[in-house]
Amino acid sequence: MKSLYSRRLLVNRFNLAMSMMTMAFGLFFLLWILYTLFAAGFQAFSIALFTQMTPPPGSKGGLLNAVMGSLLMATMGTLIGTPIGIFAGIYLAEYGNRGWLAPVTRFINDILLSAPSIVIGLFIYEIYVFQVGHFSAWAGSLALALIVIPVVVRTTENMLRLVPDSLREAAVALGTPQWKMILMVTLKAVRAGVITGILLAIARISGETAPLLFTALNNQFWTTNLNAPMSNLPVVIFQFAMSPYSDWQELAWAGALFITLTVLVLNIVARLFFRQTAAK
Amino acid sequence: MNLEAVATRAEAGAKDAASLPVKISIRHLDFFYGKFHALKDINLDIAAGRITAFIGPSGCGKSTLLRTMNRMYSLYPGQRATGEIQFGGRNLLHSRVDLNMLRAKIGMVFQKPTPFPMSIYDNIAFGVRLYETMSSRAMDERVEWALTKAAMWDEAKDKLKQSGMALSGGQQQRLCIARAVAVKPEILLLDEPTSALDPISTAKIEELLSELKADYTIVIVTHNMQQAARVSDYTAYMYLGELIEFGATDEIFLKPKRKETEDYITGRFG
Repeated sequence: MKSLYSRRLLVNRFNLAMSMMTMAFGLFFLLWILYTLFAAGFQAFSIALFTQMTPPPGSKGGLLNAVMGSLLMATMGTLIGTPIGIFAGIYLAEYGNRGWLAPVTRFINDILLSAPSIVIGLFIYEIYVFQVGHFSAWAGSLALALIVIPVVVRTTENMLRLVPDSLREAAVALGTPQWKMILMVTLKAVRAGVITGILLAIARISGETAPLLFTALNNQFWTTNLNAPMSNLPVVIFQFAMSPYSDWQELAWAGALFITLTVLVLNIVARLFFRQTAAK
Repeated sequence: MNLEAVATRAEAGAKDAASLPVKISIRHLDFFYGKFHALKDINLDIAAGRITAFIGPSGCGKSTLLRTMNRMYSLYPGQRATGEIQFGGRNLLHSRVDLNMLRAKIGMVFQKPTPFPMSIYDNIAFGVRLYETMSSRAMDERVEWALTKAAMWDEAKDKLKQSGMALSGGQQQRLCIARAVAVKPEILLLDEPTSALDPISTAKIEELLSELKADYTIVIVTHNMQQAARVSDYTAYMYLGELIEFGATDEIFLKPKRKETEDYITGRFG
């Protein structure tokens, strides 16, 4: 009896120690990355970042055009991708009970969800950029939309599946047509979750470099013309960080820190939003 | 199908129960969950303006029977019913029946309270808006009327804008009854409406049922025999998908004709 207990105690301690160590291993590198980013990024952080354009090497400048470009393309990508994602998610959760279309769609969506983003960039390059003959912000927005769609489909479907069938039956029992039941009852019941999914999708695309490299490319100057190449933070960071000029490298650090903080804020907002509405 | 024969049988059935008008008349109803034969040749008349209770052990098909009357089973592939359920001169099992219109006339309250994720006011107005357009004044009156019917008005009148999800279980269930009553259905189907509630809420809802039967035909499924004895006018005892005995509640409980019914009611079985 005694030996059984002490053996279990030993096994428990061993397992606990192992999991603590693996956790520490993972966290260590994460914190290291963050520390480096904060240390280097804060030095370069200044107001000029948001008031001046990307400079040629050797002169003062900021990231205004890149911030604006990222903001525009992320917005367009979200606006294009979100409705498609929500409607597809609704189809999978509410209509796709019979037949083969829903399982196949779900399978393909899962593949798209984990597809390397560079593939998506090359895809848009092939079907859009190559066809029209020039890089453009539209192409970048489309590539980002293709990343948004599977994330939103996934969260919308998962959230709707959490709605108990009894709520659907209650709505149907009043004589509610199905589309109205979905829009006004089930979707409303999970709107916090769906919005969280959209916010997480935005967080995901705000750091994507690969799909923009082949689509929006980059632009040294201020532009809001969606039909022209457009500057954006990830590609600017990519370009500046690889350059031999120390002032460009500093700007790259600042940009990286800015993206990280933005994603952090988005994640916190998503969590707060979800918690607040879920508690109600 | 020979309609005259059905009509005569329906009349005969009605006479058996009482000489009350029949609201719903069920003939040769069979029900299947996939291959499982859940209801076997059910014949039953639901009297208008009365409370009919379905009792029986778990899995006997009483909820299934209730859910055929508003075609709730049509939501699920693999569930089907054959036979006839006559309501308003039509067989509602027929594939051409407009299910939304049907369900607007036959309301349902479920075992677990199911408030919608919206305010108390909107919970009630939701169903009304589906089939009626009215001024906001008339809607206010309708909401008050429905909440009063469900004995909820005094508790709810000061928090109409609050979420219906924030109410207690008993209040939520009465809100669901108010929501069902608000669309002015002809029939109310209640699927174990008090099984998730405490005794006080249960008593309130039972009281409510006796008041509501003046205006509605009520069918209630319950696994609580005392409840059936207290609230219902007619009782149907079901076992393993068959209707064993149906009659006036007093007769079923005091002098059941069948041995099986007596065993169940006296607690020797079930």
